[in-house]
Amino acid sequence: MAQCHGSVGLKNMPGGSRRIVLAGNPNTGKSVFFNHLTGLYADVSNYPGTTLEISRGRFGNDVIIDTPGVYGISSFNDEERIARDIILSADVVINVVDAVHLERDLFLTQQIIDTGVPVVVALNMMDEAGRQGLTINAGLLGDLLGVPVVPTVAVRKKGFAELKEHLPAARAGHMTPGLDGLTDRLLALTGSRGEALLVLEGDPVVAGRHGLQPQNRREEIYLKRRQRVNHIVRQVMGETSRGASFGSLLGRWMIKPATGLPILALALYAMYQVIGVFIAGTVVGFTEETVMLERYEPLVQDLAGRFVERESALGTILVGEFGLLTMTFTYLLGLLLPLVTGFYFFLSLFEDSGYLPRVATLVDRLLNGVGLNGRGVIPLILGFGCVTMATITTRLLSSERERRIAIVLLGLTIPCSAQMGVIAGMLAAVGGLYAALYALVIFTVLVVAGTILNTVLPGRPTDLIIDLPPLRLPRADNVLKKTGTKSFNFMKEAFPLFALGSVIISVLQVTGILEFLQDLLAPLTAGWLNLPKEAATAFIMGIVRRDFGAAGLTDMALTPVQTAVALITVTLFVPCIASVLIIFKERSKQEAAMIWGGSWAAAFLTGGAVSQLYGAFGGGTGSRGIVWIILACLGTAVATVLVCLLIKRRGRAAAERGPGGG
Amino acid sequence: MTLDRVKRGQFFKIASIMDDLTRTQAIRFGLTEGALLSCEEVVPAGPIVVRRNSQLLALGRGLAGQILVEPAKVNVRC
Repeated sequence: MAQCHGSVGLKNMPGGSRRIVLAGNPNTGKSVFFNHLTGLYADVSNYPGTTLEISRGRFGNDVIIDTPGVYGISSFNDEERIARDIILSADVVINVVDAVHLERDLFLTQQIIDTGVPVVVALNMMDEAGRQGLTINAGLLGDLLGVPVVPTVAVRKKGFAELKEHLPAARAGHMTPGLDGLTDRLLALTGSRGEALLVLEGDPVVAGRHGLQPQNRREEIYLKRRQRVNHIVRQVMGETSRGASFGSLLGRWMIKPATGLPILALALYAMYQVIGVFIAGTVVGFTEETVMLERYEPLVQDLAGRFVERESALGTILVGEFGLLTMTFTYLLGLLLPLVTGFYFFLSLFEDSGYLPRVATLVDRLLNGVGLNGRGVIPLILGFGCVTMATITTRLLSSERERRIAIVLLGLTIPCSAQMGVIAGMLAAVGGLYAALYALVIFTVLVVAGTILNTVLPGRPTDLIIDLPPLRLPRADNVLKKTGTKSFNFMKEAFPLFALGSVIISVLQVTGILEFLQDLLAPLTAGWLNLPKEAATAFIMGIVRRDFGAAGLTDMALTPVQTAVALITVTLFVPCIASVLIIFKERSKQEAAMIWGGSWAAAFLTGGAVSQLYGAFGGGTGSRGIVWIILACLGTAVATVLVCLLIKRRGRAAAERGPGGG
Repeated sequence: MTLDRVKRGQFFKIASIMDDLTRTQAIRFGLTEGALLSCEEVVPAGPIVVRRNSQLLALGRGLAGQILVEPAKVNVRC
């Protein structure tokens, strides 16, 4: 905890340059500033001891460092701790403030000013504020804060030149009244006003660095700061007009279950139509079949054939069935790229319009049942894009307990977009009833696993507190840019893992180990799941990437039930290598190993149960068996929820009787 | 009365917040004791959405149950 590397966390700082730090609340547009100021030469690295990525770039002679978006600097979570350390070691802070949420954002501004570091404020989203009828007197705000304030509209590149101009004018602002006396007393002990402030605010880590006891004056200081901020806002802000626009009415509908659930269903249906039907079918049909399989693969096989024997071991690894040059590129470019792009397009749309926090509000109660709060919907939805990235975003959840539950649910039940594409295609071919069976079984596993974890793990879900930004029409350029960046980053990350996976599989194939493993797993695949023994290949491939697993099933001759069983098993099966690596990084080794092993068990248990039940209910006599299995599923889910409720109630009653019984 | 009991459209003031950590978190979001809020929406069994000036916040029901409020007497500007 209290590491003594001072407050500097990043290495290789060029000598003599200043550290300019970008800080602000979440979603204020910091990254737009960062990209503009640094140009292309950003260096993204993990912050020591964490997997949080911190971007650094050059600005003239100086270094610009981005920080995670936070509401204040303290020790409430990783983001805050990192933002705190980077800000404390800054020479200048550019504080990006959302003009629409001045009252909320200025709390951080004032806290940064209270640390005594020179500050320039970029008053961003001035256009949005204007649209909402808010006027802000930037000059007066600067006078009251005691630092330069520059109005900007980052997405339109407005105000950047002025910001650069004002950077040299950055200065320490006016502290919260009554604070200077307090910090002065500690200054001699800590050596810096910022550290003195955090000791006063009861930050245990900063206090520990100086061998001091954290002081218990946080609330007193926060209240003073809040009062000052409210006072400033009253003076600088005017409202010219307000009133219920269409946006706020729609925003209200999105939150209420009666209207919100249909809207959510509609949004998901639109997503399914575009990604699941149009992209997975039409687009991928062209990119994968026509372009990659019919044109690209024969070409590269022909080319490679001039240098190596096609049937040799090297030939197989390069251009064979799972070849490095054939399968890797076909899957990555032909299949994954269109799907992932489609997914990120929707996600950017939801993000940019302000819909996501409203979904979080709508589903808060439901997610409480599986031990999460409404915020948990964001990683869960993201998981449908890429489980690896979603696992990283579980950081935004408020407690360790929630992160643990979310990561288990993501790894176990959420199929990523690549896998979904393959699954959707295969389910469409076997009909609606089997698709329903698949969806219900997976949903049941999610409910059962979440409910059990929520019961077994000590504690309870933390309460939701989320800010609902104004609903707005997404800006096309914003959405496209986000989609592009995210898809590109994903490809960059996925490519090496994909290549590695294909080499592993090819080597297994060439050496005959693949066949050996198939035989080894045969009792499981053939005996218990009633699948052809070749299905084992799909599972082994699934260890590497989930969609490998699903795609490996497409060429097999399977009955509809076998298809459903295979898809259920492969979905619940272990997350891809990339996700597993992230899980090991984010959690303890023991916990990660348990998650990995647990997915094996859950996948084969569930898949086998469905297959065996189907046999027990009369097998091939049409749809009756399926309906029974669906009912059994629902029964299991309801029973689990009831039992867990009972256990919880008992536990609570016992706790009340126990210590407080006197 | 606690915040989870308010009705849509009602104006109220925060009287006190029981839990320490909740209180400091709330101050950052502008929810201080004495702050004037209005209730925008109540999700059945779910979060309460409150408005403070132009800012909307959704508060989980459990959290809302820890915040004591009193109805504001005067009708404020709309």
